[in-house]
Amino acid sequence: MRLQYPPSVRIIEVPCTGKVDIMHLLMAFEYGADGVIVMGCLEGDCHYGAGNLYAKKRGNRVKEILDKVGVGGERLAMYNLTSGMGGRFAEIIREITEKVMELGPSPIRVATGKAVRPIAEVTT
Amino acid sequence: MIKAVPKPLEEVLDLVKDFTKVLIVGCDGCVTVCEAGGSKEAKVLASALRLYFTQAGKQAQIDETSLTRQCEKEYLAQLSDKMDAYDAVVSLACGCGVQYMAEMYNNKIIYPGVDTCFLGVNEERGLYAERCQACGRCILAETGGVCPIARCSKRMLNGPCGGSDQGKCEISKDVPCGWELIYERLKTLGQLDRFEKPVDPKDWTTSRDGGPRTIVREDLRI
Ligand code: SF4
Ligand code: SF4
Ligand code: FES
Repeated sequence: MRLQYPPSVRIIEVPCTGKVDIMHLLMAFEYGADGVIVMGCLEGDCHYGAGNLYAKKRGNRVKEILDKVGVGGERLAMYNLTSGMGGRFAEIIREITEKVMELGPSPIRVATGKAVRPIAEVTT
Repeated sequence: MIKAVPKPLEEVLDLVKDFTKVLIVGCDGCVTVCEAGGSKEAKVLASALRLYFTQAGKQAQIDETSLTRQCEKEYLAQLSDKMDAYDAVVSLACGCGVQYMAEMYNNKIIYPGVDTCFLGVNEERGLYAERCQACGRCILAETGGVCPIARCSKRMLNGPCGGSDQGKCEISKDVPCGWELIYERLKTLGQLDRFEKPVDPKDWTTSRDGGPRTIVREDLRI
């Protein structure tokens, strides 16, 4: 299965999404990420029990913060899938890349002069 | 012990938006336990403020730190060499900590970052409930270890009232009747005769009616 997905994503592996802390997500945005996706096992299928459910709650809190500080909660998304869903994985990356391209660069990168609006057309 | 909730972020943003150097100070005491104002919350708030200022195109320095307790001078003094570098400070301690910091750093703008709510317990993670109103003369010995001041909505001393319905208080079906709890506990302890003698009016002079309270312990003072 040689699935293609946009090279714009950087994958950070964690043992379980339960490990993903609010600060990890906020720091990603502080460092200028245009979007962040948390990908966990299907709900009910977390190997550690409920890591993905905690991650969802933390993600929702971060979305709320991003909305209030003017970065935009829609830049953070969480998906649940299994390791056997490679096709869906590639599809999600494509969808999110398109969505983030539509949103444009993160206001953090724009404000710090690291990106300008509007940005180039997407090729996915 | 003291339970608090983080202030809504927009409220804090509104307080600090015109400053450029802001220090967030967490408290490692009570507010850490209810996850409202410990070092972790200080980090989250500082990050949120940095994102806010950065996206607004404003150069700002937002730092965070945390103290063992903010209700003691010795710990507050640890900030002394830092304070000058900031225009404003957001304290995530309870109202006592915020005020004590403001007293010590008299010329500094100190804002509260949490809403202090009550004296309570951790029923579960994320679920905190009031248990005591610090009345200054504890009567738990007479009430089966259940406080009628904190847990009866009317603070009655000879309850329950006519609004007690199947163990619930008339203010809400979700609120247990404090006096039902007292009754059940006294029954368990075999002390139901407690209900046969009315309780004398409570001495409220130790409570808030006399203005701000102080405790003087000559045996401890140096
Ligand atoms: S300042 Fe308040 S929250 Fe912090 S330890 Fe003291 S009483 Fe508890
Ligand atoms: S009787 Fe007073 S001190 Fe005792 S638990 Fe109730 S409010 Fe607190
Ligand atoms: S193991 Fe917890 S989300 Fe996959």
